[in-house]
Amino acid sequence: MSTPIQDLSIAEDVAPAPRRRGFFIGVLRERKAAVVGLAIIVFFVVLAIVAPYISPYSASAQSCGVYAPPSIHHWLGCDDGGFDMLSELMQGGRISLVVGFAATLVAMIIGGGVGIVSGYFGRWIDVSLMRVTDYLLVIPDLVFAMVIADLWGASLFHVIIVIGILEWTTTARVIRAQVMSLRERVYVKRAKAIGSGHARIIWKHIMPQIGPLLIANTVLTVAIAIYLETALAFLGLEDPTATTWGTILEHAFDRTAISSGAWWAIIPDGFAIALVIVGCFLFGQAIEDALNPRLKVAHLSMRRWKIRTLVGRGADAI
Amino acid sequence: MTIFVAITINFFLFRVLPGDAVTNLARVPQSTPQLRHALIVQFGLDRPKWEQYFIYLKQLLHGNMGVSFAVQQPVSHLLLTDLRNTIPMVTVGTLAAVFVGVFTGVLSAWRRGSPPDHISTNLAIFFYAFPTQWLGMMLLILFAGVGLPVAGMVNPNAGVFYPEPFWQHLGDIGQHMILPAATLMLTAYGSYTLVVRSSLLETLGEDYVLTARAKGLPVRRIVWRHAVRNALLPMVTLIALDLGYIVGGAVLIEVIFSWPGIGESMFTAITQRDYPMLQGGFLILTVSVIVLNFLSDLLYFRLDPRISQ
Repeated sequence: MSTPIQDLSIAEDVAPAPRRRGFFIGVLRERKAAVVGLAIIVFFVVLAIVAPYISPYSASAQSCGVYAPPSIHHWLGCDDGGFDMLSELMQGGRISLVVGFAATLVAMIIGGGVGIVSGYFGRWIDVSLMRVTDYLLVIPDLVFAMVIADLWGASLFHVIIVIGILEWTTTARVIRAQVMSLRERVYVKRAKAIGSGHARIIWKHIMPQIGPLLIANTVLTVAIAIYLETALAFLGLEDPTATTWGTILEHAFDRTAISSGAWWAIIPDGFAIALVIVGCFLFGQAIEDALNPRLKVAHLSMRRWKIRTLVGRGADAI
Repeated sequence: MTIFVAITINFFLFRVLPGDAVTNLARVPQSTPQLRHALIVQFGLDRPKWEQYFIYLKQLLHGNMGVSFAVQQPVSHLLLTDLRNTIPMVTVGTLAAVFVGVFTGVLSAWRRGSPPDHISTNLAIFFYAFPTQWLGMMLLILFAGVGLPVAGMVNPNAGVFYPEPFWQHLGDIGQHMILPAATLMLTAYGSYTLVVRSSLLETLGEDYVLTARAKGLPVRRIVWRHAVRNALLPMVTLIALDLGYIVGGAVLIEVIFSWPGIGESMFTAITQRDYPMLQGGFLILTVSVIVLNFLSDLLYFRLDPRISQ
């Protein structure tokens, strides 16, 4: 009975105050999760870049039997068309990552822009922009994406745009809150007093400060973008000729991989998607935790200190 | 207000944006210009957009969402039936996710830093990361052999020759619901675990927990009665915000398990280019998520009196 809450006393690592340079190195040094996450992301990005040179077979030419099981020649077996699964996964990862990053870029530009404008200018601009944000925040994004992708027609470019215009909301809210507090800082007021224009203040004094936050959100958004991409592809709303992680799953489902027992057409793909998402999640979350002042206060507060001193004194201390 | 915005956006999405859905309607194969014109007049497409908008609003207030192209039945009827099938599955799945999420989250926070904490946190992150459709397919592979029903909502042979007793019917549905609801639970519970864990850790640092310990209350009572009850407050908001995600997941799950719900209807509508159906489904899903969000805000006010001050 005396052990459980003891663990509370373990103080979590507290990141140093975000310095401009070396902040990311600090995060990586302090948090194991960030290193793991970054390693996963880098691994998949490198794999995507070198895929054409190292993939054992062509992803667009038959090289073995239909749903041939894994063998020495085909490590992950073959799919419904007799294509090598491993090569398809590499090729698919390339496109999935491009879609994920491109959609995130769109989302970051919209989200960062909306966040900065509504946080900096405030008043009616803020109110109206936040109304739009709130609407998009609660709306079921996959359903919305389904409808738009269907109306526009299935293509990779449309999928990128659709995901981009749906996933900027959280970024906009986070950036807005940060900009609202930055706006009141002394150095911003001073810049205003010596006659800097809005554009210059935003560019020179506010943008550099929200960099890490924006990157944390970017990384988290990549995960969501890839997730949505696979979902849209699964519903047949992506260019059917493209090989992505999403269409690989769709083909496996549509073309009876399950009833043929071809687990190799399904399982590796899911793990690849999940690993990338986990990597993005760990890395993004680590940066965000390091930036979150509330977590720091909680860990340094007197309350924690008191609990720590109580632990382990006598039988009835918890 | 937001609902109104949703309806307006819905209207514009389908009629004004490029890729105009409604003009497709007049593209009947081998139609003469006269027929096309007649169709356009019949559907009011020759009138100005704002007039179309008011007609749309008026019809919507009367509950008229148009007629499905594919089955020639009123969309509202079809969607109501679908909704009746979707709601139980999603409710069961979400409730299961909340229960599992709360238990694993509390366990993680309680035994912070211990092996159970690491296992449950990492599992939560992974399940959160796996694509919904992938998890559904995994369950299909794993459990199709065990004899659990994997498609549809009822046994198609039941009740054909003689009416089925009510309880048996309910049991049949329940059996079919296991896999879809389990998939929904697995995809959704991860984020709950993580949020409950961090929120409970924060709560355990509060003064009243210290007071409770000073009074010598048993740990179990402190955690469950004092800390968890307060730590669960953010869950209300999270569940509401997650609803959009859950609805999206439900669409994928219904497609995989052929569950005859609103998600499957929308999927079929997409493949059949059945725009009234798609529009109606989209409207119902968005409006219900918005309404539920609003209700959760009200609930939060009731639960946490500190906010209303």
